[in-house]
Amino acid sequence: MIDMDLQTWIIGYGVLILKLGAVLLFLLLMAAYLVLVERKLLGRIQVRYGPNRAGKYGLLQPFADTIKMMTKEDIVPDAADRIIFLLSPAVVAITALLMFAVIPFGPDITVYGRRVPLVVTDINVGLLFIFALSSLGVYGAALGGWSSNSKYSLLGGIRGAAQMVSYELALGLSLIPVVMEAGSFSLVEIVNAQAELPFMLLEPVAFAIFFISAMAEIKRIPFDLPEAENELGAGFHTEYSGMRFGLFFLGEYVHMQVLGGLIAVFFLGGWRGPLLPGPVWLALKIVLVCLVMIWIRGTLPRLRYDQLMNLGWKVLIPAALLNVVFTGARLLW
Amino acid sequence: MTLFNMLFFAIAALIVASTAIAITRRNLVHAVIYLIFGFFGSAFLFYLFGSPFLAALMVIVYAGAIMILFLFIIMMLRVEAPEEHLFPPRQMLPAVFFAAAYVAIGGLLLINDPSAGAPLTEARTEPAEFGRYIFTQNWLAVEIASLLLLVTIIGALLVGQRPAREDEE
Repeated sequence: MIDMDLQTWIIGYGVLILKLGAVLLFLLLMAAYLVLVERKLLGRIQVRYGPNRAGKYGLLQPFADTIKMMTKEDIVPDAADRIIFLLSPAVVAITALLMFAVIPFGPDITVYGRRVPLVVTDINVGLLFIFALSSLGVYGAALGGWSSNSKYSLLGGIRGAAQMVSYELALGLSLIPVVMEAGSFSLVEIVNAQAELPFMLLEPVAFAIFFISAMAEIKRIPFDLPEAENELGAGFHTEYSGMRFGLFFLGEYVHMQVLGGLIAVFFLGGWRGPLLPGPVWLALKIVLVCLVMIWIRGTLPRLRYDQLMNLGWKVLIPAALLNVVFTGARLLW
Repeated sequence: MTLFNMLFFAIAALIVASTAIAITRRNLVHAVIYLIFGFFGSAFLFYLFGSPFLAALMVIVYAGAIMILFLFIIMMLRVEAPEEHLFPPRQMLPAVFFAAAYVAIGGLLLINDPSAGAPLTEARTEPAEFGRYIFTQNWLAVEIASLLLLVTIIGALLVGQRPAREDEE
């Protein structure tokens, strides 16, 4: 009896490690190549080639960049708050990577008579887990900016904190109708609730609000005030060098994929789709969302600070609140 | 001592230690970071007691939202560490008084009503069940809290608007 328990435990543990490894490998490789795709596409939008020297079509560029950043000197400014300065990039990367733990990437499969759910962990408060991590991610940018003890970094950190706190409200409120439709916080249940119709068609307003505020949350271009290059150098990560800068960078691109995954799970039906297997569909949807974000970056200019705050507080949050009321009315009808 | 007890005391010690460090730091940003660890400890306690829902709310509301506002204000005002004594007696006395009153009331409650130590079963169920419990059994408390929040929002609006109006005149 005890042997059986132990056996189940060991197999369960092994499966968990395998899933973690697969997800991590996918995320990191995708992050590396997203950088390349972004540089290539932005180049094409601006009528130039983009990186094309390392390997055929520049395909080895991500590896060249990684080696470069690993071997660069890791500089800590004299006036910096040393421990916080050293740890802030890790906060950004860890919170971004952990969010993927609750995203389901396929239906339950059966291997040698055992049911294996294709999700790292399905907790019944999965959606709140994502919000908890995304609100902690703010500390990485804010404390990174503060601990550098430089004016540019501090301004970037303050802007980051204000912007992310403001848009988190709209982000959370826009998902309440999704939870109302699905009747659960679990991401697996939310995907199951979209078996017939993706929520994008049922809740187009929520989709628009979520997409906009999520782009603000990861500080991408129309909302990149915390790092605004022409005013602040590089904003909150001005003083970072080498792989610590690399971690901020990695966090941003992993965040992009997590955002793609979340949009897929909440609005596009998750891993559901005809013909192809679940994980492939999820990957396709993630790539699609990322491409749209790169396209937006190549098209739109940066918002002014007052425009940013007006959009968040006077447009997105009231719209999200009204959307909750309308969804409630429709569900009760 | 079971594993559960050991975890409980370890986490409780972490909370007490980090909040104690938080109120004695001169560097305000460091104080905020220690307080965040304290809130994390509370979230772990909720999780240990079988309520991941409350644990997630603890992290979102306290560690994520309220403390980031503290940090934002400290960073924006660039408050320097105070030179003199951290706690003047004027501030120390009310704090000690309220802390003692809190401990006394909690102790009295536990002694007089043995069921006060029992876990709230509703908090350990699914989030939907817990929501039903809050909005049917405790609707009055929810309404009072939301009214209070509404009043503070209107107050904040008033405080924020006043200087702008004087400028116009």
